[in-house]
Amino acid sequence: MEIYLPIAEMPVDVFLILGMGVAVGFISGMFGVGGGFLLTPLLIFVGIPPAVVVATQGPQIAASSMTGALAYWRRKAIDFKLGGVLLAGGLIGTLLGVLFFNQMRRIGQLETVITISYVVLLGGVGTLVSWESLRAVAMAHKGPVKRRRAGRHAWYEGLPLKWRFQRSGLYISVIPILFIAALIGFAGAVLGIGGGFILVPALIYIFRVPAQIVVGTSLFQILFTMLAATVLHASTNHSVDLFLALILMVGGVFGAQFGARTGAQIRSDYFRVLLGLLILSVAVRFATDVLTTPKEPFSATLTETVR
Amino acid sequence: MKSLRALVLLCLVASPMAHAETLVTSLSRENVLIQSNFAGERLSLFGVIDRGGDNRAPPGAYDAVVTVRGPRGAVTVRRKDRFGPMWLNLDERRYIAIPAFLEVLSNRALPLIAQAPLREELRLGLDAQVPQQIASRAANDPRFRDALQRLRKEQDLFRESASGVKFIAPNVFQAAIELPGKAPIGNYDIDVAVFVNGALVARGTSSFRVAKTAVEQTVATLAADHGVLFGIGMSILSLFIGWLASVIFRRD
Repeated sequence: MEIYLPIAEMPVDVFLILGMGVAVGFISGMFGVGGGFLLTPLLIFVGIPPAVVVATQGPQIAASSMTGALAYWRRKAIDFKLGGVLLAGGLIGTLLGVLFFNQMRRIGQLETVITISYVVLLGGVGTLVSWESLRAVAMAHKGPVKRRRAGRHAWYEGLPLKWRFQRSGLYISVIPILFIAALIGFAGAVLGIGGGFILVPALIYIFRVPAQIVVGTSLFQILFTMLAATVLHASTNHSVDLFLALILMVGGVFGAQFGARTGAQIRSDYFRVLLGLLILSVAVRFATDVLTTPKEPFSATLTETVR
Repeated sequence: MKSLRALVLLCLVASPMAHAETLVTSLSRENVLIQSNFAGERLSLFGVIDRGGDNRAPPGAYDAVVTVRGPRGAVTVRRKDRFGPMWLNLDERRYIAIPAFLEVLSNRALPLIAQAPLREELRLGLDAQVPQQIASRAANDPRFRDALQRLRKEQDLFRESASGVKFIAPNVFQAAIELPGKAPIGNYDIDVAVFVNGALVARGTSSFRVAKTAVEQTVATLAADHGVLFGIGMSILSLFIGWLASVIFRRD
């Protein structure tokens, strides 16, 4: 069944898009990430203009993180103060990201920027998560993991503007938190990703936020960042497609529910290895794209239309 | 000066009349409305060559060339090149007034219908329709123009068919215009040229419009003219769907 997308101005197969939404939602529910980093390349591959894809990710990720955040809220597993600081940083990053996105689109390097950012970002995070989790799996056989002693702090935690985050049991400077959040907001707006796959490891490894608080807080921050990205994309480049977003949302929220149930049955250290490898494989896919000789070196873009 | 121009104009207008033929065309639809299930559409153009009461047989069989052009716009063609280990868009040419949709239909191959100079003059064929002219200051490079045609053909937006026109009777023909699902919105013009023995004997034009229907148009207009409102609406919608899913799937 074909449906015509009013903003992308092309017909797509509803079941194909719905299927992608379900598949990505499944993975996102399983690993607690937004899944945008998988969906964006898939949709571009189907032939939907990259600008529409990136802008339409916003509402889709917002919907699935809303579902997730509500569940964590009921369990009181959201640190709203930490989330608020992350949000402030994220909004600054998103604003800069949308401006950068529109500028790159104008000079014709959007595709290159998206590809290279994917390779660097996914490659980096994928390697880190895989390495860390493989080591954890290896360590599990040897004995207890060495933990950092209380009272010892990294340099960035001692920067000025120290705040106390009671729910997470933290007393650290807000500057590094704002910085990380801005970076993720920026990446989110440019790449059409929620950034959960960066934020979750960052909160765990860099700021040592308790694991049970991390996912809920990250979902809370992603929800609001993506709502802002939706409004900003809609008001500056008018590329948010209502119908595409609707199909993706419906597929995504269903997939996420089944993914979450499956995820609960996998051992957590193997689960992180899987997530790391998944992220890495997407990075490799993009790297081959930009590093190998293209089959078609030319591309044609309509820059202005007279109607 | 003015009178001379008028004279030239008169000759131009009168020249088809020198031959006895006139062309009458009829299009199956003048408005193509895009609904949510739009996946392309086929239009038929009928043409009747009227010999103006001349009962003698024409000096040869008629040939017809139908050119359909969608809304025109500027197109930037970019080429990837090696940049260290990477392949990046490094070179580009900008072409102005390129039709977003272009279909050239004829009853047999264009070179058999008319000689190259005449085809160039009448702008018949894909080659003649895509101008050489580039907007940027960079040197002209035919590879970019070839790539533009090749890419648009792959997207089904440019098409040349030597069997797209069928003669139902010696002086009646039908052209099948195939609009793909991603046919751009806007006004389309159709140019019909009729030949006998390689000479132009009649010419006619027609047009149609591709537009979105109420719902699609409302969505698009809203997104374009009220971006902030549209964004806020989308946000509320995503919150609602997210909340709905959490209610449906709630287990505790």
